[in-house]
Amino acid sequence: MTLSDIMFYLFAGSILTFSVLTVTSRRILRSAVYLLFVLVSTAGLYFMLNYNFLAAVQLTVYAGGIIVLIIFSILLTSHVSEKAVVAPLKQQIFSALAVAAGAVLTLMTIFKFAFTPTASPAIESNVQNVGRALVSYGRDGYALPFEVISILLLAAMVGAIVLAKKEKHLDPTEPTSNN
Amino acid sequence: MIGNISLNSFLVISTLMFFIGIYGFLTRRNLITMLMSIELILNSVNINFVVFNRFLYPNQLQGHFFSLIVIAVAASEAAVAIAIIINIYRNFKSIDVENLDQMKF
Amino acid sequence: MSSYAYTLLIPLIPFFVFVCVGMAEDKLKGKLGGLIGTAGLGIATFLSYYTAFKYFVADHVAGTGYTSLKAFELTWLHLTDKLTINLGILIDPISVMMLVVITTVSFMVHIYSLGYMEGERGFARFYAFLSLFSFSMLGLVLATNLFQMYIFWELVGVSSFLLIGYYYEKPSAFSAAKKAFIVTRFADLGFLIGILILSFNTGTFDFKELTNPHGVAIASMGGAAFMGLSVITWALIFIFIGGAGKSAMFPLHIWLPDAMEGPTPVSALIHAATMVVAGVYLVARLFPVYALGGPDALHVVAWVGGFTSLFAAVIATTQTDIKRVLAFSTMSQIGYMMLSLGVSGYGGEEGLGFMASNFHLFTHAMFKALLFLGAGAVIHAVHSNDMNEMGGLRKYLPITHMTFLIACLTIAGIPPFSGFFSKDEILAAAFNSNKILFGIEYFVAGLTAFYMFRLYYNIFWGKDRHYHHTPHEAPLVMTIPLMILAFGSVFSGFLPFHNLVTSDGLGFESHIDWMIAIPSILVGVVGIAIATVMYKKETALPDKVAGTFKYMYKWAFHKFYIDEVYLFVTKKIIFNYISRPVAWFDRHIVDGTMNGIAGLVQFASVSIKGLQSGRVQQYAFVFVTGAIALVLIYVYVL
Repeated sequence: MTLSDIMFYLFAGSILTFSVLTVTSRRILRSAVYLLFVLVSTAGLYFMLNYNFLAAVQLTVYAGGIIVLIIFSILLTSHVSEKAVVAPLKQQIFSALAVAAGAVLTLMTIFKFAFTPTASPAIESNVQNVGRALVSYGRDGYALPFEVISILLLAAMVGAIVLAKKEKHLDPTEPTSNN
Repeated sequence: MIGNISLNSFLVISTLMFFIGIYGFLTRRNLITMLMSIELILNSVNINFVVFNRFLYPNQLQGHFFSLIVIAVAASEAAVAIAIIINIYRNFKSIDVENLDQMKF
Repeated sequence: MSSYAYTLLIPLIPFFVFVCVGMAEDKLKGKLGGLIGTAGLGIATFLSYYTAFKYFVADHVAGTGYTSLKAFELTWLHLTDKLTINLGILIDPISVMMLVVITTVSFMVHIYSLGYMEGERGFARFYAFLSLFSFSMLGLVLATNLFQMYIFWELVGVSSFLLIGYYYEKPSAFSAAKKAFIVTRFADLGFLIGILILSFNTGTFDFKELTNPHGVAIASMGGAAFMGLSVITWALIFIFIGGAGKSAMFPLHIWLPDAMEGPTPVSALIHAATMVVAGVYLVARLFPVYALGGPDALHVVAWVGGFTSLFAAVIATTQTDIKRVLAFSTMSQIGYMMLSLGVSGYGGEEGLGFMASNFHLFTHAMFKALLFLGAGAVIHAVHSNDMNEMGGLRKYLPITHMTFLIACLTIAGIPPFSGFFSKDEILAAAFNSNKILFGIEYFVAGLTAFYMFRLYYNIFWGKDRHYHHTPHEAPLVMTIPLMILAFGSVFSGFLPFHNLVTSDGLGFESHIDWMIAIPSILVGVVGIAIATVMYKKETALPDKVAGTFKYMYKWAFHKFYIDEVYLFVTKKIIFNYISRPVAWFDRHIVDGTMNGIAGLVQFASVSIKGLQSGRVQQYAFVFVTGAIALVLIYVYVL
């Protein structure tokens, strides 16, 4: 058992454990924290796979950004001590059955399938290569998806602001304060 | 770094994570936890992309970039979803998904 | 040939006027619409006269026959290489003659209506319809092929529907229009079937090919037989049914008396001179086919014509509505024309009947239009159609009186008026071929004289009635057409028709056979004399006579109950035994099927609507299980 094996099982174990905890914990805030652990462990897997840039992005955007957003919204919409309502037992059982069936099916498929890797030499996935690929537009360039995702982010930002903005209620009975 | 860990081990992890996410989506009544389940699902998909990239096509970076893009999509999705959830909370004083069944027959 | 290309304008000008006046109907103030219509038709009339002059006189090489020629033709529908439907203009003696008749009468009616229809609502609409009618009728007579003729035939039907129903606010006018349309449409079905059979067997729609006596079309006839008659004979009989519908032959005549609900100028135009002779024209147009291809069909034509003329004349003696008397008189005279065609042979002297028929068509158009327009002037003066409410009008309406008298003398066949000549030719033709029909026609000639003078005396002689206001002579726009038509009635008999319009295009020698003419004059005079005795002074005599022939009078007065027979057949038999079961089938089986399907769908949707619960997690569950099932099927089963 090498070090990398140990690291892998560590990360895998934490991912599975915290995933289960995320979807079963009755305290929502804790769920969010468990999710954070899952995401961090995933970033660890990325490090193991030698995708350092991706792992960094995973940590900053997911763990840093989204989790904070989620925690804020939890604080806005519920009390810290509030316990989540659980779905009826019947729903849980049926969902579990369906999910188990799906998982079994998928795993069977995975183990049956013979993956064949290419023999070509690996490419170094350091920041220089990633950055160059991100802005080049020739073969193996990703300038167009990059632009598209930028516009998507912009649109999402505008949309989120518009949606979350409080509507101004023009109530004539309410006296206006400033004029 | 990966040593002798097989591709299938990663895939098992991501599959289980994916279905745990689905289970959460199907059973949690709170909209925010449902959103977190979706994050789990997206994350498991990301692992798949990355792993396939690393094990099968190490000469390219397609899976890597697709993961980046999915992360960006997940971020924007989370932002919009939370905005919607907050709006719902304002109107219904609740984010229980069972209360949101006006869209029917 | 192309020198006749301008004839395209003759139908197109009225059509253009129809479109313009019809579109701008409510913009045209006062009589403007009428004046435009009249001017347009005036041009068409001028062109028609010019064509007649050119065709019969200027372009005619002495000693040769008249040939038919196509002034213009285009392929309208190209169905297959063999089967095309063309539109064109055919110039031959009968079409040129019809051009003159139609444009003359139509022009007179246009002028006359300027006075008669003055102040009516929809004055411009009236002229638009008149133009449409003129266009249709001109297109009909100029048609180069059966299919074009059928198209215009239906257009004539539509425009007559519009004109009869001109006072569409009056229920009787509207139902009369419907009746005319339905009856003639029903007859047109026969026409269409006939066209299809005929052209299927001869392979052409074209008149020139069909009627060429030496052509393949006639030679290809005979052939297959059906129920003892050749297929061509059946086709011709079916075509004649169409013609009989338009020409109000027994038993398809029932629409004509009712159609008198239309304005009187319309009656003069449609129901005297043009539309009702369309049937005669149709038979005349296909005459070589009839004569050489299906003589049996020609017998049908003759007997239907003969019977109708007698039948209508008997009814005419009893009617009191002056327009209806004229309507039945029209039927009777058209019966004459049909009979004349029916007894005719093809070529030379044999074709006397053909010539006589067209001759009578021509003269009849003049004097019948005159009679109708005269009746219109009378109605205009006393505001009634009923002859019992008229009397002594000769003092008030001198011009109308004189022209009406001329028309009556003409129709009674008194020389030297034109009716004498044409009727004499018909009698001669009948005499040569069938003595029974000849006898009927003699009797009908007497009856005609009788009922026309009954009408004349009732209107213009006898005592004055209580009129709303003193009757006054019609304005000049109405009396001038009367005078022109009277002129035509008097002198059109001297036209050398036997040189102009003959069955084979060649002229022949014709003379008045005094052995036939003198008795016919005598019969006419006797009819007039009886009418004079009975109606000149108002006596009790007519009632006595009516009392003597009580039942016959009653039957004739009710038009032999033909309308009632139709009503019985349609309402009692067809409605009860065909329509009701069909309606039941439609309501219960057809609708039932549809309602059943709808009910099934509704039931299904009610039972599955619970699936749309609005609960997101349920949807997601269904989605996930569905996706798993699909994966299972595609990866492991298939």
